[in-house]
Amino acid sequence: MLKMPIPDAAAIGRRAEIAAALRRIVPGEGVIEAPVEMRAYETDGLTAYRQLPLVVVLPETTDQVAQVLRYAHENAIKVVPRGAGTSLSGGALPLADGILLGMARFNRILEIDFANRCAVVQPGVTNLGITRAVEHRGFYYAPDPSSQIACSIGGNVAENSGGVHCLKYGLTANNVLGIEMVLITGEVIRLGGKHLDSEGYDLLGLMTGSEGLLGVVTEVTVRILQKPETARAVLVGFPTSEDAGQCVADIISAGIIPGGMEMMDRPAIHAAEDFVHADYPLDVEALLIVELDGPKVEVDQLIARVSDIARRNRSSTLRISESEEERLLFWAGRKAAFPAVGRISPDYLCMDGTIPRKKLPEVLRGMAELALQYDLRVANVFHAGDGNLHPLILFDANDPDQLERAENFGADILRLCVKVGGVLTGEHGVGIEKRDLMPEMFSEIDLNQQQRVKCAFDDQGLLNPGKVFPTLHRCAELGRMHVRGGRLPFADIPRF
Amino acid sequence: MEAAVKPGSEAELAQLVAQAEAPFEIIGTGTKRGLGRPVQAARTLDMSAFAEIAAYEPEELILEAGAGTRLDEIEALIAARGQQLAFEPPDLSRLLGSPHSGTLGGLMACNLAGPRRIKAGAARDHVLGIRGVSGRGEVFKAGARVVKNVTGYDLPKLLTGSYGTLAALTSITVKVLPRSETEETILVEGLDDTAAVPIMSLAMQSACEVSGAAHVPGEGTFLRLEGIAASVAARRDGLAKLLARPVQILAAKASGTIWQRIRDVLVLADTPDRQVWRLSVTPSDAPALLAKLRGSLEIRYVLDWAGGLIWLDVPPTEDAAAAVIRGAMRAGHATLIRAPEGVRAAVDVFHPQAPALAALSARVKDSFDPRHLFNPGRMSRGL
Repeated sequence: MLKMPIPDAAAIGRRAEIAAALRRIVPGEGVIEAPVEMRAYETDGLTAYRQLPLVVVLPETTDQVAQVLRYAHENAIKVVPRGAGTSLSGGALPLADGILLGMARFNRILEIDFANRCAVVQPGVTNLGITRAVEHRGFYYAPDPSSQIACSIGGNVAENSGGVHCLKYGLTANNVLGIEMVLITGEVIRLGGKHLDSEGYDLLGLMTGSEGLLGVVTEVTVRILQKPETARAVLVGFPTSEDAGQCVADIISAGIIPGGMEMMDRPAIHAAEDFVHADYPLDVEALLIVELDGPKVEVDQLIARVSDIARRNRSSTLRISESEEERLLFWAGRKAAFPAVGRISPDYLCMDGTIPRKKLPEVLRGMAELALQYDLRVANVFHAGDGNLHPLILFDANDPDQLERAENFGADILRLCVKVGGVLTGEHGVGIEKRDLMPEMFSEIDLNQQQRVKCAFDDQGLLNPGKVFPTLHRCAELGRMHVRGGRLPFADIPRF
Repeated sequence: MEAAVKPGSEAELAQLVAQAEAPFEIIGTGTKRGLGRPVQAARTLDMSAFAEIAAYEPEELILEAGAGTRLDEIEALIAARGQQLAFEPPDLSRLLGSPHSGTLGGLMACNLAGPRRIKAGAARDHVLGIRGVSGRGEVFKAGARVVKNVTGYDLPKLLTGSYGTLAALTSITVKVLPRSETEETILVEGLDDTAAVPIMSLAMQSACEVSGAAHVPGEGTFLRLEGIAASVAARRDGLAKLLARPVQILAAKASGTIWQRIRDVLVLADTPDRQVWRLSVTPSDAPALLAKLRGSLEIRYVLDWAGGLIWLDVPPTEDAAAAVIRGAMRAGHATLIRAPEGVRAAVDVFHPQAPALAALSARVKDSFDPRHLFNPGRMSRGL
């Protein structure tokens, strides 16, 4: 189990006083301190980790957020921001000595501006809620994380969420035009807007994916797009993952960027088929779903080209969707892959590395060896177009040894991803889950530079501490120009 | 006489910076020295030795090159494999009076993007990873060499558009994407900007995947479609029907020529005394803004990005009409792109920021370059 910073007993001792101060800022039901009521906030999508917060506050206005943060800053109290709590990396895990700042009440769509192709929304609006609000005019919001029915746009900004269509349409960062945010000092700043590109430093780009460590987003302006005229999918089975991988490379080399390109390995195919009966072939090692979207004539031509490429790469089965129902059926298995795996195992860990696509066979072989070593099963779903791999490690959390093995297995998979030239996380964020693996990818100098940027936003390290960075540094220490070889200044700083 | 240092390796660069006692102006080939405020430094830091293309992997959609690599070299290399930088980097050499389009590092430092910005994103949307030396004299990296990554803060985006004020970049990894098979442009003639902006908005709201929407007064309103031939033809017909007015169709070659003219701001390039501004605005605000400006200034202009980008020039004055232009804007930002050094030193070249944001930017600057060694004064007096 990953360790969190040791709670500050003094802050815990001041709980009543802190709750009272928050009540003066957010009256009524907006402050929760009864443990039984705070239970709803004790975890997020990384459910192996649970912690009751010091107190929960649910502000409704930017001014209230500013007052809460100013109070926390003046009193040196930690703050964990939370959207819908769907983070898969523990980004919203509370701290025993920290205020949990829930943004769920920011749930209004403020403006839809079709002429300028954007929507201005509060951060608690769900990802799908944006699409629902604009689809009567044929528009949608492009990034579509699989939690889109529940996850909030504020959380999407914090995590730079992706989805199955991001090779063609980009991640959150490529679809956000502007934000209003509050700094820990209570200062409110606006970045971007309905116009393109930032004036000065791209702090909007920096904020997106900063995992709640730099500020609290109180308003988001997103780009909305007209839905493609049509979409069709090809479902292709391959006798080996090498063939499937080569097919993906050949599609890209042919100049085709599909709307979605997803791969599943044998265990994932079987789990999905048993669950939703999508008529997937069961005698293949890899299954590829390639979706083309756009004008009908383009989709028809590209479907034919993709099918040719698949056949040249020894596909053993190939079906082309001939109706919208059939297209959705192709996707049904993939979209249900996580719950399908949940049916065959009491628990699973969902990993999230990205690798250069050509390394897929090597990584799959390495994972199979690790599965033997740890005596655990693994199923793989893969955003094949952009190399984003989601290994699902099957285990039983009631057996502490299995949880530990699963976590170690997952860490080894991510080390393997980094070793072949990839990264620890493609779309789920570092959170607590991959925090201690950061040195696999970054040197101490790299991490210190990132933490210096954190200090520019949050001089006392009060926002979401214990996430992303494996070592907490004091800003004064990071600001020093020279560290004497090997000797730790500040021997008392928390390392975990 | 200005002194120049030209490090040959990251280690040499790091040592130079760590031991520096006075600031540098960072240059690649110097084509964009006229962008931004004049730098107050006695020495130039010449990055042109970092000019190696370390990796080009077309099927992984990535290219990694030294910051000093010539942009035309990169574009020729990837074009040979049917790929491109999708954000359509402009070649501002004619506008700025430079001999060529400069380096990858210069392009990224200025976050320049062309007409396809409205569909494909800006330079910052295509940068995947960076290496460089901070003002502390430390070699650091951020991002990676894969197209999807959220590990750690997105420093590559932060450094893109930072005009060399945070770090001396040595290496940059960018996403490369397939070039379109063909393109066509729909030309609508006879519209003034009040009519052109809604027409461009209508086109952008359609499913026709318009990849360029610009209005050049006196020349027409242009809507570009790119893709495979059958798709371009279908969308051209669909869009023409939607517009419900007489249109002309420019085939691939003529289309390419007009979009290069718009991308490189050639309309305003050949009157070097006039002072050029670049305004990023809410697209629907453009007509009223231009009407207001016409009331008090003699302006020429081009609208790109469906109205969201206004390139305009004004007759030469000592303040480049900065107060009038910014005072007329409801939102967005205005950047002075071409003016004599004295003017760029006297006025805010970049849009002034609210105090809390300006203070935050200054702290971000200090987090990379606490001794203000890199390009002092380039973005504002303090940055």
